[in-house]
Amino acid sequence: TQVAVREAINAAIDEEMERDESVFILGEEVAQYQGAYKVTKGLYEKYGDKRVIDTPITEMGFTGLAIGAAYKDLRPIVEFMTMNFSMQAMDQVINSAAKQYYMSAGDLACPIVFRGPNGFSAGTAAQHSQCFGAWYSSVPGLKVVSPYSSEDAKGLMKAAIRDPNPVVVLEHELMYGVSFPMSEEAMSKDFVIPIGQAKIEIAGSDVTLISFSKTVGLCLEAAEALKGEGISAEVINLRSLRPLDRKTIIASAKKTGRVVCVEQGWPQCGICSEIAAILMETDAFNYLDAPMERVTGADVPMPYAVDLENASLPQVEDVLAAVRRTTYRKLAA
Amino acid sequence: GPAVVFDLSGSFQTHNLETAPNETTECSKDELWNMFELMYTMRRMEITCDNEYKARNIRGFCHLYDGQEAVATGILQALDEKDSYITSYRCHCIALARGGSVKQVVAELFGFEDGMTKGKGGSMHFYNKKHNFYGGQGIVGAQVPVGAGLAFANKYNTPPGERMPVAIGCYGDGAANQGQIWEAANMASLWKLPMIFCIENNQYGMGTSIDRHSSHSDYYKMGNHIPGVRIDGMNVLAVREGMRFVKDYCASGQGPMYVEMMTYRYHGHSMSDPGTTYRNREEIAFTRSTRDPLEFVKKCLVDAEFATPDELKEAEKRIRKDVQQQVMEAKESAKPSMDSLFEDIFAKDLVSRSGSEFPPHIRMPDYAKSFWIDGKPE
Repeated sequence: TQVAVREAINAAIDEEMERDESVFILGEEVAQYQGAYKVTKGLYEKYGDKRVIDTPITEMGFTGLAIGAAYKDLRPIVEFMTMNFSMQAMDQVINSAAKQYYMSAGDLACPIVFRGPNGFSAGTAAQHSQCFGAWYSSVPGLKVVSPYSSEDAKGLMKAAIRDPNPVVVLEHELMYGVSFPMSEEAMSKDFVIPIGQAKIEIAGSDVTLISFSKTVGLCLEAAEALKGEGISAEVINLRSLRPLDRKTIIASAKKTGRVVCVEQGWPQCGICSEIAAILMETDAFNYLDAPMERVTGADVPMPYAVDLENASLPQVEDVLAAVRRTTYRKLAA
Repeated sequence: GPAVVFDLSGSFQTHNLETAPNETTECSKDELWNMFELMYTMRRMEITCDNEYKARNIRGFCHLYDGQEAVATGILQALDEKDSYITSYRCHCIALARGGSVKQVVAELFGFEDGMTKGKGGSMHFYNKKHNFYGGQGIVGAQVPVGAGLAFANKYNTPPGERMPVAIGCYGDGAANQGQIWEAANMASLWKLPMIFCIENNQYGMGTSIDRHSSHSDYYKMGNHIPGVRIDGMNVLAVREGMRFVKDYCASGQGPMYVEMMTYRYHGHSMSDPGTTYRNREEIAFTRSTRDPLEFVKKCLVDAEFATPDELKEAEKRIRKDVQQQVMEAKESAKPSMDSLFEDIFAKDLVSRSGSEFPPHIRMPDYAKSFWIDGKPE
């Protein structure tokens, strides 16, 4: 069955709301408008205004409110129209949600989901095009997941809702409309993807491409092109940014000896930087045949004009160039 | 024994309300004694904290509540433990009254295992989910939207039309102009949440007096269309009676209410603040001699013939000794184990203190000393 990412997320929320009365969703335009990106379509009709709640455009307030509800064992899903706006609520997410269980020595859990489209869209310019993967994944007490495919989206969303901890789900606007095949298993109501486990999308032997969210697609495209050059690429879809699946990353690096990491976020202190640190600090370092390469968003606020925007984001050619350097294929050039 | 009627005239001002709290209140001997004993325990505990801080047994932050005891005590008398309570970092005394002990509070300040949060939280972080006490929150103002969420959950869990447990979010006059408080008030009013926005107006936001940090000073009117009550926060009977009125309003589904407690803190904002550069000693001394909440409750006990001055002296002696004893016991507690550093990062379920889920890897300053869930590096 082909299912769009949007429908997969919608199904996950719907199934979990049906399964557990304590689950509710709130955010801007999630109810009558059906969601700014239609992710919550049909939920208001099905569950009514007690459990599908339109909020004022006041992120700090409704995020704090949802966290308070979670302290009392409700399971709120907070939709940020885009993750950019979660910055207004970041104190609540980090200080009131992420740290609460630790500060209370295990007295007060905070079972809550913060979700919304993350990263860049198309032509939305600087204030609406930012990846929060590095920001949120640096915080102890948070779990952070970022789906690529429809299966990811459904399985990770269900895991996030069932988790007794605060989980940030970083979706991607440009993936909502993309359809993927979904297995029989993934269509079932019990399909949950464990948080903290990466997925090897394709196995390979010459180079490891590591990414999350939309750019997993870029890596798969690159892997396909590399086949023609006789390079066998392994593609790792991280799925979770915190906890990071260090085991899978390290094992693959040891196997291929060459790593290229790809993300749309800014380079400094990014997810790729963290992976570089893992490779430096562990036994994997001894297996590397070349320095790891990063392919990241440009170190600039996102510009509006299409050519400038394209130049600011990783393209297939960028991934291919990095792989070729890493595998010495273009060393002479 | 029979209850006595106390006069509360002049204790309340209201905003946007057609009714008002009663201007008299009945109080029995037991009730008044309980309030006095709790308030005096609070006072002694905070004074002990001051001394222990100066003796360097307490680190970091320490915000004391002496002067404001009647506020928490009166609120706690009017609410019950089904009602949720959340407050700022000035939280020792609420932790005490909502299921805690002097020993647990002081042991926490010492950073010991027997502390209320096992040495993880310190002065600003006390919680007691079983007793519906949610902190102990360190970021000024952030507890208020969270408090509205506690009220939201109370409404969510109550069948429509039935009386709801309420939630109270306490904050100071310094926080009262924060945007997030209005955001929470807007939603609480829109969704008719049983939420009490309680401003403990102790006249100073840290060291900045109201006339220098706020463009207006009638905090009980700050909810605009949301009704409000200003209460004499130095009179525990007025606080109790006023809060009964407020609780009744909020629990019945009419929406939130603003409360302004007129109170005063004797200590500086925190231990690093002598509290005398922005106000003068005369002001503090004058408040102590004319409005002290403990002297007031003692006078009520004597006037009602519930106690003689000698009985009060005897009780004070007993409480002082008890506090001293509990502080000694707190000092016997052990430092937290190094293993506890890795505990309580993730919950494994929603049951309090049922043990944590461990992340696969916790990096330590020295990588080689990191935690790995299966005991060894990947």
